[in-house]
Amino acid sequence: MSAPRVLILRTAGTNCDLETEHGFRLAGAKPDRVHINRLLERSVRLADYQALVIPGGFSYGDDLSAGKVLANELRLKLKDDLFAFAAAGRPVIGICNGFQVLVKTGLLPGFNAGGGRLTLTFNDSGHFEDRWVHLRCAGASPLLEGLRNETISLPVAHGEGKFLADGPETLERLKANGQVALQYATPEGEPTLEFPANPNGSEAAVAAVTNQAGNVLGMMPHPERFLFYYSHPRWTRGEGKSQDGLRLIRSFVRYAAAG
Amino acid sequence: MAALVREIRIDGLKRKALEELSRKYLLALGPEEMEAIQAHYRGLGRNPTDIELETIAQTWSEHCIHKTFSSRIEYREDGRTELIENLLKETIFRATRELDRPYCLSVFQDNAGVVELDDRYALAFKVETHNHPSALEPYGGAGTGIGGVIRDVLGVGLGARPILNTDVFCFGPLDYPHDRLPAGVLHPRRIYKGVVSGVRDYGNRMGIPTANGAILFDPGFLANPLVFCGTLGLMPRDSIEKEVRPGDLILVIGGRTGRDGIHGATFSSLSLKKGISASVVQIGAPITEKRLADVLLVARDRRLYSSLTDCGAGGLSSAVGELGKTTGAEVHLEKVPLKYAGLEPWEIWVSEAQERMVLAVPPEHREEIAALCAAENVEATFIGRFTRTGELRLCYRGETVGRLGTDFLYRGLPRLLRQAVYNTPRPAAVRLPEKVDHAAILEKLLSHPNIASKEKVIRQYDHEVQGQTVIKPLAGRNGPSDAVVLKPLAASGRRGVAVANGINLYGRLDPYRAAANAIDEALRNLTAVGGDPDRASLLDNFCWGDVGDPEVLGALVRAARACRDLSLAYRVPFISGKDSLNNYFVTDDGRHLSVPPILLVSSLSTVPNLERAVTLDLKRAGSRLYLLGETFPELGGSHYLRRLGLEGGTVPEVRPVPARERMLGLHRAIMDGLVLSCHDLSEGGLAVAAAEMAFSGGLGLELDLRRGGFKEMERDDQVLFSESASRFLVEVEPDRAGDFEARLSGTHLAAFGRVVAEPHLSVIGLGGGEIIRSSLAELGRAWRDALPW
Repeated sequence: MSAPRVLILRTAGTNCDLETEHGFRLAGAKPDRVHINRLLERSVRLADYQALVIPGGFSYGDDLSAGKVLANELRLKLKDDLFAFAAAGRPVIGICNGFQVLVKTGLLPGFNAGGGRLTLTFNDSGHFEDRWVHLRCAGASPLLEGLRNETISLPVAHGEGKFLADGPETLERLKANGQVALQYATPEGEPTLEFPANPNGSEAAVAAVTNQAGNVLGMMPHPERFLFYYSHPRWTRGEGKSQDGLRLIRSFVRYAAAG
Repeated sequence: MAALVREIRIDGLKRKALEELSRKYLLALGPEEMEAIQAHYRGLGRNPTDIELETIAQTWSEHCIHKTFSSRIEYREDGRTELIENLLKETIFRATRELDRPYCLSVFQDNAGVVELDDRYALAFKVETHNHPSALEPYGGAGTGIGGVIRDVLGVGLGARPILNTDVFCFGPLDYPHDRLPAGVLHPRRIYKGVVSGVRDYGNRMGIPTANGAILFDPGFLANPLVFCGTLGLMPRDSIEKEVRPGDLILVIGGRTGRDGIHGATFSSLSLKKGISASVVQIGAPITEKRLADVLLVARDRRLYSSLTDCGAGGLSSAVGELGKTTGAEVHLEKVPLKYAGLEPWEIWVSEAQERMVLAVPPEHREEIAALCAAENVEATFIGRFTRTGELRLCYRGETVGRLGTDFLYRGLPRLLRQAVYNTPRPAAVRLPEKVDHAAILEKLLSHPNIASKEKVIRQYDHEVQGQTVIKPLAGRNGPSDAVVLKPLAASGRRGVAVANGINLYGRLDPYRAAANAIDEALRNLTAVGGDPDRASLLDNFCWGDVGDPEVLGALVRAARACRDLSLAYRVPFISGKDSLNNYFVTDDGRHLSVPPILLVSSLSTVPNLERAVTLDLKRAGSRLYLLGETFPELGGSHYLRRLGLEGGTVPEVRPVPARERMLGLHRAIMDGLVLSCHDLSEGGLAVAAAEMAFSGGLGLELDLRRGGFKEMERDDQVLFSESASRFLVEVEPDRAGDFEARLSGTHLAAFGRVVAEPHLSVIGLGGGEIIRSSLAELGRAWRDALPW
């Protein structure tokens, strides 16, 4: 099994690309940070990669709404490439701003039968917040195979991360299909709506979802910020030994390598 | 040239008329300076053009050249008079030069101080103030403050990657009555909210963690808030040197030039009053700066330019002037890309529009750097070239609109003789109350805005982006960390970087001790987390009032001398600094509202092994708690007296010789893994530090002051609330106590407490009775909930 080539997409305002690259390298992949202009001018082809990562940041300043401009660029100028990549079962992960982008391109929720809409809107607190949360790994996605049913710790850092579905039916479909990949939880692993364990007021405590096929994952928390035990906020108290962020990326890379 | 440029007639004008002219054009130049310009142009046989006069004003502004700090001063202290030839050179510079520490790689010469991290990398550190803009337009002022200091670091050497932002703010009281606010002053709440969100929105978008800072409140900041913005950068050691070569092309990259920020440099060198146009404040666009930073660091590594600097105060006039200081330059102003049409040539030249940098590009790299910028949608425009004429030649649409010799521009500023006076005040005795409810006072101190939790602000900042933050601003159960520790991903090994600061409000009472305490605190904070006190570097930021007043300038002399003395005694050099003077506001009825003298000291060091770094939260029931350092009856300026509404008393004295030994010993103990938690004692003293350690760790603490080794201390309140310098509380496991004490032999230490599971803070007083018994929940709540947002 050779190291999978991973394209880390960046544009103006992407700002988590270096640590994301570092994480994927530690996890055994061969990451390239690629500016979207290279895809637009066709000097780099998405099809040459085994996986796609849309990292965190404030793409184009999030000036219209979080991730909107980059999503439109992908949707209007690279739609065929992107959707073919996802349809072929190649793994895609969008982190924080990347999650917002995936939702706004329409790759998520990605029901086989179509329909259903999601959004990530302003936190209930009304402003940006950086804090660590507990997350229950649920769902059926093969990307998170290595963490199934665990409770992990990761930081969130966003102003627009409140997950909302367009109705109870969409939420039910997500749950029934095993598309809810991560839920904000208590330290014991119980999904919760209570602030600050649920940092933004997300419906059904949803922190990450996949498409129905399970190969496109969008998540608000930042796995690339927990690559080392000493990244954990309480490592001086002996916590954080599990390096959950690195394990999550490893699980993703393992799938990419197998595909 | 009539349509493009005006000639300003100064020849033959009398002193009064020259002063009038300086005021009219907002030049912020004094009569002696105007006369020097007049004499220079008389020699040339003509008058200056508007663009020439503006260029001189920007270059000679207090903001750009720090002329007060380097002027000659006739200084009278307690009746004895002496002449200071150059205050800066005789104090701070001198100490750094005498120390000559080998880890200093570039100090006081570039945009930021540069020190060694390891064999491959260096660290660049700079802290700036953006006080005047933040008073007028808090959101924009603070945002562009951060944006500006980030560019300083991008422009140091051949460019450093920003890896940390620091922010220290001083505001008026948030509960200040609206009806007593002077006309033209924004309410502290509005300033606070605006500044915090300005820093948040700029720093977060740039993807730079904001993970160190402080917020102080005092009525002295009502009309003049202070906003200190700092950036730490990481750069390869082979990128520190830069040199412009004649023939290099002048390239402007990043944002476009507009009419925003005209006269920023000169306006910020003056006092504030009602009715100043907000057009002097720049407008920020962080994503433009992020784009610029992305391509700049690639161009640096490909060596596509030979030098660069940022466009800050004074805009292109400063940036091109600075780069072309020894060569000369020719600029074609019509080529500068504008936000909108209609700017006059001088406006293009001095505009402080944001997110621009100026590069010196060898002609052979012209195509490659242009292509690199275009590939990431960064606007890049060649506007001229560096020459070997020693002259700045400014052209607009084919006509020469200004010619300035760099020799006059950079060496023509007349050195003035200023008056300073300092009379050592006699501290008044303070009458302390006979009965004191220590537990109630402790809660009041914990909820004092200067001490209370800043979590609500800290969480709005992304303090973890870049994935390098190892000791975060909040530790344990969201307790207040003494310093931030970073582990740069690019650097190998286990070496970390610690950054902290020291600042206090003692300046009005004793500027010397205020400065000494700021330095001491900045070093204590570094040491407390595992930073090496023998590898530390310091930055100074003086914020002073009206230095035309000899007493105010006298206080500056005292503070600068404290910097020299303490720097030498601690063997820790200053590597960069900036002063912001004339922080006063003139009310409608002519009153001067001035800030108290404030020195912010920012500190930087390495952590030899970051896996041994410690936080302040108590770790284990059964541990011993040590107090390191002596406590004196030094309540002057303390938060205890503030809470009681009393004045007088002695400001804490820093005794650097034992303090340095203590810090070195503590550092050895921490690196040997003997310390479970450590916290420095600052605002609120011993009681506040102990309470913070307890509720941050969720463990109780029982202290017995009779075992604290206190000498000459008669009162419990003095022991608990004195803010004496150079002290630490340290948690050590009982079976490591012997090793710990051995590392600290010769220093004053006392094991006077133990960590318990029961969630309370209990203190036995000097008389043997229990004087505090408080639940951690109550103490924690008082500390956490005091600030509204």
